[in-house]
Amino acid sequence: MPKQDFEDLKLEIKRLREELHQKEEFLRERQYKKLQGKNVYNDQFTTEEIVRYSRQMIMPNINPHGQIALKNSKILIVGVGGLGCPAALYLASAGVGEITLIDYDEVELTNLHRQILHSESDIDIPKVESAYNSLKRINSHIKVIPLRLHANSLTIKDIITKNKYHVIVDGSDNVATRYLLNDVCVMNDIPLVSGSALQMEGQLTVYHYQGGPCYRCLFPVPPPPHAVTSCGDGGVLGAVPGTIGVLQALETIKILTNSSGVLSGRLLLFDGTNTTFRNVKLRERNLKCDVCGENPTVKTLIDYELFCGSSSHDKVINIDILKCNEQIDIIDFSTILKDNVVLDVRPKIEYQMCNLPNTVNIPFTEIEKDDVFEKLNKLFKNKLADGIKNVYVLCRRGNDSQRAVSCLKKKFSESPIIFYNVKGGLHAYSKFVDTSFPRY
Amino acid sequence: MEINVEFGGGAELLFDNKKVHDVLLPHKEKEWILGDLLVWLKDNLLKERPELFLQDESVRPGILVLDTVNYVIKPNDRIIFISTLHGG
Repeated sequence: MPKQDFEDLKLEIKRLREELHQKEEFLRERQYKKLQGKNVYNDQFTTEEIVRYSRQMIMPNINPHGQIALKNSKILIVGVGGLGCPAALYLASAGVGEITLIDYDEVELTNLHRQILHSESDIDIPKVESAYNSLKRINSHIKVIPLRLHANSLTIKDIITKNKYHVIVDGSDNVATRYLLNDVCVMNDIPLVSGSALQMEGQLTVYHYQGGPCYRCLFPVPPPPHAVTSCGDGGVLGAVPGTIGVLQALETIKILTNSSGVLSGRLLLFDGTNTTFRNVKLRERNLKCDVCGENPTVKTLIDYELFCGSSSHDKVINIDILKCNEQIDIIDFSTILKDNVVLDVRPKIEYQMCNLPNTVNIPFTEIEKDDVFEKLNKLFKNKLADGIKNVYVLCRRGNDSQRAVSCLKKKFSESPIIFYNVKGGLHAYSKFVDTSFPRY
Repeated sequence: MEINVEFGGGAELLFDNKKVHDVLLPHKEKEWILGDLLVWLKDNLLKERPELFLQDESVRPGILVLDTVNYVIKPNDRIIFISTLHGG
């Protein structure tokens, strides 16, 4: 199909989708009005609500009182990703009256394997908008408020002053936001349902609930930034945050309906590799805790990025440690790729997933080891004989390759070989040279 | 003394990517306390980047310790080191 037709088709689909949304919204309003009329059989719920929630309402655990509590509840979900999506899905379906969603990101193709409220047609639109559309389609009786913003001290303070939330669900992806939400919850006396996931493991607990510990009681000092792995770097299997997110919804419902057995003062460890759930008893609230202790030192929200020494998002921050003459631009690199030695220093698995032809994979972790000199010398020997002495070092984004170049430079200081960093790595290659190279 | 040491949440990456380790602690005059075990693990089991495990004679921030370093280890104890996850 010619490119123009392709674009036209995309535009037409977009237009039709908007029309569909409008009509759905129109229908919802009509139905809603119709349902507003008094129900002679129950003065709290409409007939449709009773039928819809009947399967959970007939259980003693929820019962009509619990269902009313859910309907009158206001909750805040921070992060509409791998945890926030399944959590929001079950909370909306269960009939939680008002759900506010916060996320600044737009939907990317790499999100779809785990962030189940977003679909292919949502790519590039704000996650909160996509989630709003999905949730509204599932349950038009509840209020969903999408807020496209970055959660930080200022934005959160503003929202918290204007609203009284019964629970905050932490579906964030970074340390700074976790401390921020913890402090907000302690200062405003709101339970925090905290989940996290990476690779095949997940963790879940409820902080600051009925005298239980807060995040700071357990972790008074943030971890060193380089000890923290993001889903983008470590990877994650969708069903793992899915499991934790669903359990976050469960704990939230229990709190909202004032049920017993809330996961407070305990930490659930889920290991997906052998499907084990382990409950660990946590320490009690620390009376000397900086934020929830008897004499707190943190009484207002602080700068959490400064406190943690890391940013409040999980994006990679690029480094720049080499001189100009030690680097090659991606366009220039693409023209000389064939006839030169190119080292791809990504992990082996990522190299297996996709790679440029005529490249050699030596993972960065190997480059740091002592025996790399022997290994590479063998590789370079023939090339040197052919008069090739330039070696180009490549990775995913161009950061590890810089580290590799500075490491190799030291190890090969006696050799005629010159190492160059390929600026921007494979991300730049996909962006500027060949868009069909997968940018992940 | 035989004990069982387990790592999770990514802490296992520092220990040969193995989550469960059966450990035989050598006999010593005084009793083994958790603090001694930390040093022993660093010297005997740790494969890389010690700064990501120990800092100032205790485990680094972000690894959950539910007891003090003075805990006296008993035979067949299972001691678990959990690194907190932050992804979502």
